[in-house]
Amino acid sequence: MLIKMTKASDIKSSEITPKAVFDDRRRFLKTAAFSGLGFVAGSIAPSSLANEGRGKKLIGIEPSKWTQKSVGEKLTDYESVTSYNNFYEFGTGKQDPLTYAKDFNPKPWTVVVDGEVENPGTYSYEDLVNPHTLEDRVYRFRCVEAWSMVVPWVGIGLADMIKRFGPKNDAKYVAFETLNDPDRMHGQRRRVLEWPYREGLRMDEAMNPLSFMAVGLYGEELPNQNGAPIRLVTPWKYGFKSIKSIVRISFTKTQPPTSWNMSGPREYGFYSNVNPEKSHPRWSQAKERRIGEFLKRPSLMYNGYVEEVASMYVGMDLNKFY
Amino acid sequence: MTQDKLIQRVLKPLVWVLCLAPLLVLTVLAYMGEMTANPIEFLNRYLGEWALKFLLSALMMTPLKIVTGWAGFTRFRRLLGLFSFFYAVLHLSSYVGLDQFFNWKDIWTDLIKRTYITVGLGAFIILAVLAATSTKNMIKKLGGKNWNRLHKWVYVAGFGGCLHFFMMRKGVQAEPLYYAGFLVLLLIYRWVYYLKKQRQRAGKTAPAAL
Repeated sequence: MLIKMTKASDIKSSEITPKAVFDDRRRFLKTAAFSGLGFVAGSIAPSSLANEGRGKKLIGIEPSKWTQKSVGEKLTDYESVTSYNNFYEFGTGKQDPLTYAKDFNPKPWTVVVDGEVENPGTYSYEDLVNPHTLEDRVYRFRCVEAWSMVVPWVGIGLADMIKRFGPKNDAKYVAFETLNDPDRMHGQRRRVLEWPYREGLRMDEAMNPLSFMAVGLYGEELPNQNGAPIRLVTPWKYGFKSIKSIVRISFTKTQPPTSWNMSGPREYGFYSNVNPEKSHPRWSQAKERRIGEFLKRPSLMYNGYVEEVASMYVGMDLNKFY
Repeated sequence: MTQDKLIQRVLKPLVWVLCLAPLLVLTVLAYMGEMTANPIEFLNRYLGEWALKFLLSALMMTPLKIVTGWAGFTRFRRLLGLFSFFYAVLHLSSYVGLDQFFNWKDIWTDLIKRTYITVGLGAFIILAVLAATSTKNMIKKLGGKNWNRLHKWVYVAGFGGCLHFFMMRKGVQAEPLYYAGFLVLLLIYRWVYYLKKQRQRAGKTAPAAL
């Protein structure tokens, strides 16, 4: 259990801006933009002004033990979660994914499952998701760039999904791949990274109860910019491990190559667990800025999920296996 | 109106206002709530990019003079260079005051551990020295030759700025490469021009020696 005292200053869930009020604010801003300041603002920032088309409501979602109450922190507002993204497939700017993923129609979607597994094949999104009950999970999300959010995801425990594929004893790792389609993901026309984006987990990490396959957030279908239609969420690792828009899940005998590790092995390790003591050549990881807050706060070991994950890394030199 | 008066009374004020335009745009963005979900990061990047843009603009004046044949361009070199320094001051201040909130210990750690910050500060120090010696009085004091030699360091600052930008971004991103590429083009142009001039001079002196 995560022990977190609720401070008087903590914002209660009832105080979070209701969606209707929030949408009204957007509408107001939009009106303002197109009347007086339209010609200036329209040319500078057309992207986020067009923040419309909220996802379809997901139904039959069950609560989980990872609630906002158990995390004990205020949720990051919907607008921030869906307008401030690192998703280089759609451009390297923070607001690029919102702008350029708008016309990305994720469905129909298929995922190839292969490697050391009993039930390989090409699974449709529905094959993957429908046999499971969707769960609500509120997780901290810590980016390697030292900012963080608290996100209410909707999805399926990764372990439950993996069990259906029947991994063989030889399967020591799980590798994931993002869609590689420069026609639909214009950011892939430049080789910022070696496409497709690749990530991986050790088998015990993948089977950890925290590992999650998200198909939604805030009770709605996953917005394109957040990795629609299906993405990984590993909250004790830096955000880049939580690979988006997955089209392949492979079970391997050896440690699979991972994108950021290939790009800068000194900076990004295979594990990339949140570790405030292991400083990064580019950012000190000791602190983070929670989106919506001014002062930085200390970062927590394993992003506050010590109890759930620490046992997997006992005896490992975390300075070496970062 | 003479050309001198045109520059003094019309063009310089106009350029001044243009140089302040990024701050106006910033104000509008802030008012509209369009500084992303991480306004401190946005502000810092925005100011840094403008510092670099003005630095490259200042370096562009001499090539522009050569291409167009209008000597007036050099009259804007100092103005643009000083605005580059101005935005660099704001950029650094936003890092110290907002991003790190005057946490000197963390700032020091950043300085010695994060190379891109070390490089950035180096470029800033060069700009500060150049700004401090940018007055007519200082040119007199240092003497034209020394002053010229000192102010050649602006290229080092330019490369420092581009490197700082490139290293700050993850992966191989396009934008920093555009800036660096532009700087390299400017330098190549000057070098080619310099070689041409030398050849001309050699051509002129040769017949005289006969």
